[in-house]
Amino acid sequence: MKRVVKDDSLCIGCRQCEAACSKAFYKVEDSAKSAIRITEKEEGGYEITVCTQCGECAAVCNTGVIQPNAKGVYMLNKKECAGCLMCVGFCPLQIMVQCDDHLEPSKCTACGLCVKACPTGAIRIEEA
Amino acid sequence: MIRICDVKKYHGIPAEELKRMQDAHVELTRITYDHKPIHRGYTDKYLTVDFSRNSIEITDIDPKVKEVFTGGKGYCLRYLWDEVKPSTRWDSPENAITMSPGPLCGVTQYAGTGKTLLCSISPLTDTPFDTNVGGYFGPLLKFSGFDGLTLKGTAKEDVILVIDGNKNTISIETAPLEHEDAHVLGEELTYMYADDENDRKNVAVVCAGSAAKYSNIGMINFTFYDPNRGVVRLKQAGRGGLGRVFRHKNIKALVCKFSGVKADLNDPYDISIINQVGKKYHKEIHDLDNLQNGMRKVGTANILEVMDAYDILPTNNFKFGSHPGIDRFRSTVFIEKYLTQGAADGCWYGCSMACAKAADHFKLKTGPYKGQAVCIDGPEYENGAGLGPNCGIDDPEAILELNFYCDTYGLDTISFGTMTAFIMECYEAGILNKEITGGLELNFGNWEAALEMMHQIARNEGFGQIAGQGVHKMKKIFVEQYGADAQFLEDIGMEQKGLEYSEYNSKESLAQKGGYGLTNKGPQHDEAWLIFMDQVNNQIPTFEDKAEALYYFPMFRTWFGLLGLCKLPWNDIVPANNSETDEPAKVPEHVQNYFDIYYGITGKHLDTPGMLRMSEKVYQFQRIFNIRMGKGLRKNDAIPYRSSGPVTEEEYLSRQERYDGQLVDLVGFTKEQVAAMSLQEKMAETRKYREAEYEKLIDAVYPRRGWNLNGVPTIERVKDLGIDFPEVLEVIEPLQ
Repeated sequence: MKRVVKDDSLCIGCRQCEAACSKAFYKVEDSAKSAIRITEKEEGGYEITVCTQCGECAAVCNTGVIQPNAKGVYMLNKKECAGCLMCVGFCPLQIMVQCDDHLEPSKCTACGLCVKACPTGAIRIEEA
Repeated sequence: MIRICDVKKYHGIPAEELKRMQDAHVELTRITYDHKPIHRGYTDKYLTVDFSRNSIEITDIDPKVKEVFTGGKGYCLRYLWDEVKPSTRWDSPENAITMSPGPLCGVTQYAGTGKTLLCSISPLTDTPFDTNVGGYFGPLLKFSGFDGLTLKGTAKEDVILVIDGNKNTISIETAPLEHEDAHVLGEELTYMYADDENDRKNVAVVCAGSAAKYSNIGMINFTFYDPNRGVVRLKQAGRGGLGRVFRHKNIKALVCKFSGVKADLNDPYDISIINQVGKKYHKEIHDLDNLQNGMRKVGTANILEVMDAYDILPTNNFKFGSHPGIDRFRSTVFIEKYLTQGAADGCWYGCSMACAKAADHFKLKTGPYKGQAVCIDGPEYENGAGLGPNCGIDDPEAILELNFYCDTYGLDTISFGTMTAFIMECYEAGILNKEITGGLELNFGNWEAALEMMHQIARNEGFGQIAGQGVHKMKKIFVEQYGADAQFLEDIGMEQKGLEYSEYNSKESLAQKGGYGLTNKGPQHDEAWLIFMDQVNNQIPTFEDKAEALYYFPMFRTWFGLLGLCKLPWNDIVPANNSETDEPAKVPEHVQNYFDIYYGITGKHLDTPGMLRMSEKVYQFQRIFNIRMGKGLRKNDAIPYRSSGPVTEEEYLSRQERYDGQLVDLVGFTKEQVAAMSLQEKMAETRKYREAEYEKLIDAVYPRRGWNLNGVPTIERVKDLGIDFPEVLEVIEPLQ
C-alpha cells in the first residue's frame, strides 16, 4: 500500500504541506482545501492529520465511485460522484476535503507533493 | 457474520436473453419533449399517461396548486381528486395512480431524500390512499423533467412506459416476454435499458409482481441498482393495494433512465447550507448509530426485541405482546447470521442511515424459485413482526422467505402478516378447517402453510383466492359462507377502514389507538407513532396532551410526504444532546436540519408553524376527499376491540394482574368488588371502560384538528387554510 506517513515530532507548523496540496488541486493556498491538516497541540508542537488509506470512504459509498488503485490508494472518480458527502462525514480523521464551489469532495491521492514541500521530513511516502 | 467484501456478485442476465425479450417489444407510441430545467426544487411540469388511448401529455402545474399543495402527496391527492368521482372504485376506468417526488426529493447530501409518493383509490379502503417508497424512480423522474405523473386508463395488453431523461423521449411499449415477478422483471429491465454495467445505477424500474393482479393487498416495487452486489434491489410502495390497481391497468412496469446525478440538480438557492447540514448528519450517523439503534446493521428490525420487552410485539394476531421464541428472531440473529454487514445500503444517494438491509444468496425452500439463491430486502421491523410472531412464527429463515416472496409477488408484507394472523386465529377457532383451506393447516406457527397460501395467491387458486382479498372482505365471506360469529370477527379482525393494522400492539396505549384509528388512510403508524411516548415514557398523560400529539405528529409527518423525504432519519438517530432539549420526542435539531435544507433548495425560510400549516392544508384536503368518497366520518374511525383490549378469556388471563389492577386504579372498583366478579364481568367492565376512553379521545382530538364531532373539517378551518375551493365546500357544507 502506498500512503503518506507522518512523524509529528518533526513538524514545525510551517503549513507548506497544506499549501502544496490545496494549490495542486484547488489552485489556491487554503488550509480548508487541503487533504493534509496541521493543528497545534495544546501541550505544544503540532499534529499532522493525513489520510491513512483506510478505505472507510469507499465502504460507505453506495455507487462505488471510490476504489483502490493498484497501489492501494483510494481514488475518487469525480465524474461519477454524485456529491452525497457521506464519505466526508464518515472519514475517521475528518480529512476529506469538501468546499462549496465544487460539487464533489476530494481526498489524498498519495501524490507526494506535500512530502516534497515539507522542509523537515515530517511526512514521507511509504510503499509497503 | 457475513461481510459485503465476502459476498459474491450476482450473475445478471445473458445479453442474448435480453435481446430476445427486447426484440419482442412493439412500440405503441413515442414522444420527444422539451426538458425544462429544475428551478429551486421544481420543474413545474406534470406528465399524464392514458393507457387506454396510448396518449402522453405534458402540462404546466398551476402556481395555485403549487402554493397550496407543495408537492409529493399534496400533488398526488390534488391530481387524483380531479380524475375521480364519488362513485369511483379501484377498478373503475377513471381511477388513476398519481406519483410525485416532492421539491426536496433528489437532494444527494442528506439521508432519506429520495422518496416518491403515490396515491390511488384503494381496493382495500375505497378511499384515496397514499403510500411512499424509496428507490431511484422518483428522483430520476424529477431530473427527467417532471414533478408528477398520472397513470390512467387501461392498456389492452401488458405494457411498459419508458422515460429517458437524457434523450427526452417517452414511449409506451408492449413487453410480452419479460417475467412478472419483481426480482426478475426489475433486473431484466434494468439490464435492458442500461447502456453498460456502469449505467445500471441510472435506470429505475417500477413494477408489481405476479400476485398483485389477484390480490387487494398488491403492492408496487421500486428498484435501485446495487453495484456493490451487482443486483437490482427492491423497495416497496407497500400499503393500500396500489399494486392491484397498477396491474389492473395492465401496466407491467415503468422505466426511468437518467444519467448525471449531481448535488446541484435541484438548482439549490444555497448549496452551502445543504452541504454543511449533510456533513454534520453523516458524521452523527458515523459516531452514534452503533450506540443508538444500529440502523446500519439491521435497519428498523432493531426494535423487534424492544417491542417484545415492552409487551408491544404483536403475537398470534395481536392477542399477546411478546413471543416466547424471541431469542430465535431477535435483531442480533439477523445481524450475525443473515444480513450482510458493512454494505452501503441506502435506497437513494446520501442515505448514510442505510437501513435497506439485505440477506444475500439466501437459498429458498419453497415456491417457483425453490433452490435458487436470492437477494432479500429486509426484513424491516414490520415484516419481521408481521410475518413472524404475529403469525406465531419464530423461524428467522421462514420470516426471510415470506419476506422475499411478498416482495417479488408484489404483496404488502404488513397486510399479508396481519391477514394471515387473522386466518390462523379463525382456523384455530374452528371457523376455518382443512376442507375450506384445501388442506392447509393454518395453525399459528405453520410457516409452510403460510407460504403455500401465498403461492396460491400468486397462482390465483385455492384458498389463496379468498385470502388475497384481505381481512375486511374475508370477514364477510366467513360470516356468510362459513357461519362465523360476525361480532367475533369484527373484534379480532385487525383492520380498520379496510386496511390491515401495522405491527404494534396498541392495547395499552390510548394515544396509539388514536394514532391508528384517527388516520386518513387507515391503521398505519406513519401518521402518529405515539406508543413509546405514551405507553413507555408516559409523556402525554392527559386527553389534552394526547390530542395535541394527535394534531402535531400527523401534521409533522405529513410534511415529509409533501417534500419527498423519508421520516426515519428524523428520529432513528438523534443528536448526542437530544435528551437535554425541551422536547426530545420532536428531535428539534433534526427539525432545524429540515428547515435548513428547505431554505437551501427553495430560498424560503420555514418554521414549525409554517410547516404545520403547509401540511394541514393537505391533511384536511385528504380528510375531505375521504368524505367525498363516502367515508371519513366519526363512524369510520371506530377501531376493532382487539386493538383496544382483550377480546378472549385467554387474552384477559394472560394479563390478568394488569387488567384486574386497572379495574381498581382506573375504573373505580374496589379490590373486593373485583375479586367478587366473574371473568366475564371483568372483561365486560374492561371493555366498557376502554371503549368509552376511545370516544373521549375522539372528543378531544377532533376539535384540535378543526373538525366537528362527526369528524368533518369546519368551514372556518378550511377557509383559514385557503383550501375553500367550491368542490371542497360542496362536500362539507351539508355536514356542518
